[in-house]
Amino acid sequence: MYNESVMEVFRNPKNVGEIENPSGVGTVGNASCGDIMQISLKIENDIIVDAKFKTFGCAAAIATSSTATEMIKGLSVDEALKITNKKVVEVLGGLPAQKLHCSVLAEEAIQKAIEDYRSKQK
Amino acid sequence: MIKKPIYFDHAATTPVDPAVLEKMLPYFTQVYGNANSQHVFGRQAVSAVDKARDDIASFIGCKPSELYFTSGGTEADNWALRGGAYSDRKKGKHIVISPIEHAAMLSTAKELVKEGFVVDYMKVDEFGVVDLEHLKSIVTDQTIFVGCMMANNEVGTIEPIKEIAKIAHEHNAIMFTDAVQAAGVLDINVKELDVDMMSMSSHKIYGPKGVGALYIKNGLRIKNLISGGHQERTKRGGTTNVAGVVGFAEAFRIAMENREQNNAHVTMLRDRFISRILNEIPYVKLNGATGDKRLPANADFSFEFIEGESILFSLDLEGIAVSSGSACSSGSLEPSHVLLALGVEEALAHGSIRFSFGKHNTVEQVDYAVNVIKYEVNRLREMSPLFNAKGEIKNV
Repeated sequence: MYNESVMEVFRNPKNVGEIENPSGVGTVGNASCGDIMQISLKIENDIIVDAKFKTFGCAAAIATSSTATEMIKGLSVDEALKITNKKVVEVLGGLPAQKLHCSVLAEEAIQKAIEDYRSKQK
Repeated sequence: MIKKPIYFDHAATTPVDPAVLEKMLPYFTQVYGNANSQHVFGRQAVSAVDKARDDIASFIGCKPSELYFTSGGTEADNWALRGGAYSDRKKGKHIVISPIEHAAMLSTAKELVKEGFVVDYMKVDEFGVVDLEHLKSIVTDQTIFVGCMMANNEVGTIEPIKEIAKIAHEHNAIMFTDAVQAAGVLDINVKELDVDMMSMSSHKIYGPKGVGALYIKNGLRIKNLISGGHQERTKRGGTTNVAGVVGFAEAFRIAMENREQNNAHVTMLRDRFISRILNEIPYVKLNGATGDKRLPANADFSFEFIEGESILFSLDLEGIAVSSGSACSSGSLEPSHVLLALGVEEALAHGSIRFSFGKHNTVEQVDYAVNVIKYEVNRLREMSPLFNAKGEIKNV
């Protein structure tokens, strides 16, 4: 069901963990649905210098977490907000239809982490 | 060095025993007649089918005339429930089944509700055992059909079929059991169990896929599911799968002949596996009953803080084939209906994995798997926001 690229990222995910003293953290999903994703960001001068994730979920949720955090590193906050779940899925070479909702979690977690960062700026 | 991949998914299906295959082969190219044909080719085929029917009837204690071959367990389940429901419309429209039935039953029950039937579900306790007192309170004189599987495919719990049948018969309801997981493993004598219908499948007992059977007690008239010619005494249309039924009977014969030895072997593997997993991995729950209330080959666990599919693929990548929940429900996003019926929390139900052992599995494979599972469960937990590296549970 999953392509090789998804399996490879699932097997060797990047950016697993939590950033100490993060600039922003976003957590989405819930355990009863079987998916929780937490993304923490380190942001300097509005540039994401580091991103880490922790995910409770299926192989697709873990692979999209890894890929999404890879994609936003080095981007400005505004650029990161333009990363959609579609783009993450494209980089992974596609996901089975019933797994597309997992990629939405990554997009939402990034947005929430950035909101958290911005609320702290005020 | 251990040979991989390791197969721990025998409740999903089993490899065809080479001795079974050998018995089947002549019926593809040499004895290829249609069992319904009058000529010598047909007579040879029908004599093989008759022999298979006689053999299987003797294993379950029924008359050959009470046994009907089907395309598998799903068709037999569909036929029993649908046929049973429509057998006596004057009596009523009330059906009682367990909530942990196979999808073949649950989906049919949902269709019947749309057709005007009323379906009530038995209660099961935390181990998955049917609550007989509750059952007594819901079966009435209007109940036409009571159905409960002999042993559950996901958590392996063995049900008190004889006692359930007694309650059904007190109200003159048809008693059906799905013995797909029980055949060749447990005692499934239909007279002793006092069931009116029973379904079975060949590919769970080292026979070929695509063949099964339904026992229908003499005198019970149920509606046909598949209309067609005069096959199966006009009860089930479709050209008989001659090689299939020959293989099914041979697989059943081998299973019955080696039953004690096979059960002892898989029980030993299961008990070693369960005790090592529970002792060596924290935050793990065994789902289902224990000891002789559980199928000898089944172990089903919920691993806290992680999700079943990611465990399945992590083990698959390490060469261990298992199932998350039941194979038939994978692809669905809902947690297992069986675990929810047992009262398992949704988050834990998402983290469940079924291991089902077979006659070719070894202690070395079990020990290797335990070590891989320890490593992979830990790796996934380190990725989980519900669990931190110190092993503390976190509230998110």
